[in-house]
Amino acid sequence: MTETIHETFARLMTLDRDVLAIAWLSLRVSLTAVAIGLLLGIPLGAFLAVTRFRGRSALVGLLNAFMGLPPVIVGLVLYLVLSRSGPLGSLGLLFTPGAMVAAQAMLATPLVAALTRQVVADAEDHLGEQLRSLGLSAPRRAGVLVYDTRFSLVTTALAAFGRAISEIGAVLVVGGNIDGHTRTMTTAISLETQKGDLSLALALGIVLIALVVTVNAVAALLRGHAVRAYG
Amino acid sequence: MVVPRRGFLTLGLLALFGTVAPASMDRARAEPASIVVASTTSTEQSGLFKHILPAFEAKTGIAVKVVALGTGQALDAARRGDADVALVHDRPAEDAFVAQGFAKGRFDVMYNDFVLVGPKTDPAGARGTDITAALTRIAAAKAPFVSRGDRSGTHSAELRSWKEAGIDLPAVKGEWYRDVGQGMGPALNTASALDAYILADRGTWLAFKNRGDLAILVEGDKRLFNPYGVMLVNPDKHPTVKAKEGQAFIDWLVSPEGQASIAAYRIGGEQLFFPSANVSPVTKAKP
Amino acid sequence: MAGITLTDVVLVLNRTMILDRLSLAIPPAGITALVGPNGAGKSATLRVIDGLLVPARGSLTVPGTRRAFVFQKPALIRASAAANVALGLAALGLSRTERRARTGAALARVGLAHRANDPATRFSGGEQQRLALARAWAARPDLLLLDEPTANLDPGATDLVEALVAEMAAEGTKVVLVSHNLAQVARLAADVIVLARGRAVEHGPTRTTLLSPRTPEARAYLDGELPWSSLAAAS
Repeated sequence: MTETIHETFARLMTLDRDVLAIAWLSLRVSLTAVAIGLLLGIPLGAFLAVTRFRGRSALVGLLNAFMGLPPVIVGLVLYLVLSRSGPLGSLGLLFTPGAMVAAQAMLATPLVAALTRQVVADAEDHLGEQLRSLGLSAPRRAGVLVYDTRFSLVTTALAAFGRAISEIGAVLVVGGNIDGHTRTMTTAISLETQKGDLSLALALGIVLIALVVTVNAVAALLRGHAVRAYG
Repeated sequence: MVVPRRGFLTLGLLALFGTVAPASMDRARAEPASIVVASTTSTEQSGLFKHILPAFEAKTGIAVKVVALGTGQALDAARRGDADVALVHDRPAEDAFVAQGFAKGRFDVMYNDFVLVGPKTDPAGARGTDITAALTRIAAAKAPFVSRGDRSGTHSAELRSWKEAGIDLPAVKGEWYRDVGQGMGPALNTASALDAYILADRGTWLAFKNRGDLAILVEGDKRLFNPYGVMLVNPDKHPTVKAKEGQAFIDWLVSPEGQASIAAYRIGGEQLFFPSANVSPVTKAKP
Repeated sequence: MAGITLTDVVLVLNRTMILDRLSLAIPPAGITALVGPNGAGKSATLRVIDGLLVPARGSLTVPGTRRAFVFQKPALIRASAAANVALGLAALGLSRTERRARTGAALARVGLAHRANDPATRFSGGEQQRLALARAWAARPDLLLLDEPTANLDPGATDLVEALVAEMAAEGTKVVLVSHNLAQVARLAADVIVLARGRAVEHGPTRTTLLSPRTPEARAYLDGELPWSSLAAAS
C-alpha cells in the first residue's frame, strides 16, 4: 500500500499531458452540462413554484424522483437514441463529447429544477402575495424570485456540478471511453483500476477531488461575500 | 436596472441552445476524417493501439477512435452501425457476423495466445503445457477459478477449453467457479484477490500490474492460440459507414508496414502480438 | 369615484368559513379602518378587495385601476432599496426614465434617498416599512390597503409611517387600514368598520363608533381593547 502511495505522488508531480487533457475534457463536459441544466432547470423549477395547476404535485413528485436517476440508465437510453440505428443517429453524436454533455445535462436538469423549485417555493411563501399584488405576471414573479434566491441557487449549481463530474455510467456508455477523445477523469480512473494500475487511478482520483474542492471553495467565497452584503 | 425579466418565450430559445450546444462542441473537431473501430477491452488494455495508431494517423490523416467493449458488444455496436470497423478475436462470432451480411469478409491480422494464470503455489497441480489436463485437475480439486462470463473472445475460448476437456460445466459448477461478468482487468483483479486460476490473454496479463501471487502456469498449448480478425462494416447495411477510410485502415493493418508495427510492440521486452495477415480473405484457421 | 362595495361575500379557506355573507360599503375618499377580534376576517377582507383571494359567492365592486398593498412584514427582495421600489412600477409599462424618476422621488419622499443603493434586506424594520410605502406611493395607486403596517415598529417609526399614510390619503388615495391599534385608528381613520366572525357588525364615524358602539359584538370587542385615556388624548 505504501508503494502505491509513493508512486501516486510521483505521478502527480510529473503532471503529464495525458492527465491534463483528460481533466480538461471532464471540466468542459461537466461545466457545459451544468450550464444547460441551469438554463433549462431554473425556469422549469421556478415555473413550478409560482404556478398552480392540476397535476402539479404529481409533476413535482416526478421531478424529485428524477433527481436520483441512475446515470447508467440515462446513458443506456441516450445510447439507443443516438445510435446509428436509432432515431437521432443521423446527428452523429454517439461516442463524441457532445453525447457526453447531453447525457450529463439530462442528469443535471431534473436536479436543478427540483432544487430550484424548493428554494423558490420557500421564497414564494414570504413574497408571493406581495408580488401578485404588484400585478406581476407569473413569468415575472418567477424571475424576481429567482433573482431573490440567486445565492441559494449557487448551491444548486454546485450540487449539479458534483453530480455531473463524478458520474461514470452515462459518460462511459455514450462516450465509449475513447483514448484521446472521450476519456474523462472518471472513465480513466475506472480503466486504470481495471488494468491494475492503482497508483495512476489514485493520482487521477486526487486530481478529480482537487477540481471539485476548488470549484466548491470559489462558490463558498462568493456566497460568503453575498451574505455579508445582503444578510 | 431592477430585476431581470423572465419570459417563458426565452425558455424556448434556451431549450434550443441546449440541444445545439452539445453538437457544436464537436463541430470544430469533426473536420478531420475519423473512423470508429469497435474492439475488445483486452486488446485496448494491452496498449497495442496506442503503439500502432500514431503511424497510421500520421500517414493518412485519419483519426482512429477505438471503442473498447467485450467481443459480443463490439460486434453488436458494429451491427448497429455505430462502428465502421470491428477488430475482435472470436472466429465463430466473426464468421456469423459475415454470414449475417454485416461484413463482406474478414481478414486475418495477428494472433496472440491465452495463458492459464494461477497461484504460484499451484494447489491443483495445473502447471504444464496441456490446458485440457490443467482444467481437468482444477475441476477435480474444486480450486477457485474466475471466469469473465461476458460473451468476450476470452470467455468463448475458456468455454471451448472446458468442452474440449470433456467437462460439463453446468454439472460440476460450484462455489469454486466464479462468474464475474466483467472485462479482463477486473477479472484479473478478482483472481488476484482470491488467489484463483484464470484464463487470460497474454497481452492483458503482461500489462497487468496488480498480480499478487499469480503467475503463468500453462502456456504454449496450440489450443490456446487466439487469432484476431478485422472486418469492415457492410456499407449496404449501413450507408453512413465510412467505407473508404475504414478500408484504408484495414489495408494498412494487413500491409507490411502495419504488420511490422504490430510485431514491434513489446512489454518488458516481450512481443505480445504476432502478425498473421494473408493478402486475400481467409476462411480456414491459421497456424 | 364610487366607493368599494362587498355584497354577501362568502370566503371559505381550508374548510373554514372566513367571510360569512359579508356586506359592506366603504366610502370613496379618506381613510377607513377595519377592526375586530382575531379571526374576524379583517385581513381576508383586504385580500378579497385586492383580488388575492377569490370569494366563493357574493359580489364585489372595487373602483379605480391601481391598488397597492402593504403587509405587516415588509416584502422586500435581496436587492437595493431602489430596485425594490422600482418593482412596484414593473407592471405599469412605464419608460425607463419615468421609472427612474418616480423611484427617486419615492425614496426622497420617505427620506431614504441617501440609501438608494443599499441592500434593502439590511434596513431596520421601520426603514423597510417606509420602503414598502415608497414602493406603494411610486405607483400612484387609487387604493392603498394596509394590513397592520406598524404592528412590528417602534413608536418613532410608527409616527413616520402614519404621517406618510395620512399624506397619501390627503393627496387623494383611498386608504383601507386594518389595525389592532385603536389609538392609531382614532388618529388616522375617518370611519371605522367593526368585523366579527366574518361579518360587518357596525360601521360609522370613528369617534362615535369607538366611544359608543351600538352593537353588542362591537361593544364586546372595543371594551376589551380600548384604554379610555389614550383615546381621549388622541381626540
